[in-house]
Amino acid sequence: MFEGLKRWARKKSPWVLHFNSGACNACDIEILAALMPHFDLERFGVLLKATPRHADVLLCSGPATRQVAPRLKRIYEQMPEPKFVVAVGACACSGGAFRGGYNILDGVDQVIPVSAYIPGCPIKPEALIDGVAKLLGKI
Amino acid sequence: MPETIHLPMGPQHPFLKEPVKFDFDIQGEEIVGARMNIGYNHRGLEKLCEDRNYYQCMYILERICGICSHSHTTAFCQATEKLLGLEVPKRGLYLRTLVCELERLHSHLLWLGVAAHEVGFDTLFMLVWRDRELVMDPLEEISGNRVNYAFNTIGGVRRDLSEEQRKKILAILQPLIDRLEYYANIGSNEPSFEARIRGVGKLSKEHAIEMCTVGPFARASGVDRDSRRDAPHAAYPDLEFKVITNEECDVFGRVLVRVLEMVESCKMIKQILDALPEGEFVAPKVMRRVPAGTAISYYEAPRGEDIHYVRSNGSEKPERVKVRAPTLANLEAACESVVGSLVADIPIAIASIDPCYSCTDRTTIALTDRRRGRRVTTWGELRQYGIDWYRRNRGAHF
Repeated sequence: MFEGLKRWARKKSPWVLHFNSGACNACDIEILAALMPHFDLERFGVLLKATPRHADVLLCSGPATRQVAPRLKRIYEQMPEPKFVVAVGACACSGGAFRGGYNILDGVDQVIPVSAYIPGCPIKPEALIDGVAKLLGKI
Repeated sequence: MPETIHLPMGPQHPFLKEPVKFDFDIQGEEIVGARMNIGYNHRGLEKLCEDRNYYQCMYILERICGICSHSHTTAFCQATEKLLGLEVPKRGLYLRTLVCELERLHSHLLWLGVAAHEVGFDTLFMLVWRDRELVMDPLEEISGNRVNYAFNTIGGVRRDLSEEQRKKILAILQPLIDRLEYYANIGSNEPSFEARIRGVGKLSKEHAIEMCTVGPFARASGVDRDSRRDAPHAAYPDLEFKVITNEECDVFGRVLVRVLEMVESCKMIKQILDALPEGEFVAPKVMRRVPAGTAISYYEAPRGEDIHYVRSNGSEKPERVKVRAPTLANLEAACESVVGSLVADIPIAIASIDPCYSCTDRTTIALTDRRRGRRVTTWGELRQYGIDWYRRNRGAHF
């Protein structure tokens, strides 16, 4: 019975943590814009949280720079199980425009396992909503 | 004398939207020292530019920062146009300036929302971000993208503005000005908000000049400096506008400066749309090879003066592109301004410069050379090198 209850709670109210792993800010402001009244991601129960210890979903934007990679790993380890990572934007998926740069790791999945990829440079808030809704469908 | 406690903040912290690390020394509730460690966002864009041609560079430079993407491409285009000796058609300059000002509106609105969020005034945050969508819609309409517009090209802009789009932009201006007046009213009359921002993050005028601050941060400390007026570029010489300054020297002043600047931006947009010249919007023929030489261009980004340096060796690719983003100039002063205030004021005092670390992180410093096991260059050595270089090459004495 508890399993069913837990799954229901997770599905109806995923708490997200947003971490900028070296992005250009564009995806970050679009993530925020998606959470604001105009697009309103909160109608799916999505709530932005401040600390990884409260979060179920990690929204990563940015190609993971070498300096940020150990921190990203630590943040991922601090999140409680089960946890999901969403790579937001082309550079989080594969390095995007910065691919081949000397200080980046070509994608978040080089550091931590990723559950969903949302491409776009930058993503549109609609794309984020679509991605999150699809991820929720999988849980 | 209370004990000094070391308080680290970052790289992931609720008040930071981007990774950066601050170290504060606190005695009780009072901050006595502040240091920062940047570089988490360094992606090596200047190096990437070196093996791309000038047109491909623009896509890279646009992604320095998503909020002021148009600023960086404008500065780069201006520098390249200087090298090419290219005359940009008047309509191209006007359209470029139009997007500049729309971008300033969206950036300042974004900042106002974030600032309200940092002091716990989330209602204002939501309201401001709703109004920001008023500006985002025309930006999407004229450039095809909400954030990285890709509107600039060397010799002008990439898209023309239709009559219908012109009317749409004109239609948002008056509602926006009404909203801005409402926010200016909240900023100066709402007692709880005012109590939270007045007297916080003080930076005196002398300090602001001494630490080379730029943009609204400097103007809120009474420094009358704006490169739109002082180093005219794009269509700014044709436009009439006031440079907003404030003598408050604190976060309160910075809120007012930004809100009033937005009203000026709205007026400028109106002037641009009313006097939009007819004709070409992009120079017809642009050489792919850029003559050898160096160029520096200034641009007043929403956060302050943005400087691009471009060196060409006569080929299709730039030999060196250097970017000095406004936040880099302001960060030191921001660290200085939090000293003496309370721990609870850190978020708003740091956020009041509108920090953008992805603009700032142009270098990482390798502290030790792995092969030789020593520091690569110490600060003293670097300084001595600079002094010697100028003495040798320019005959200057310090």
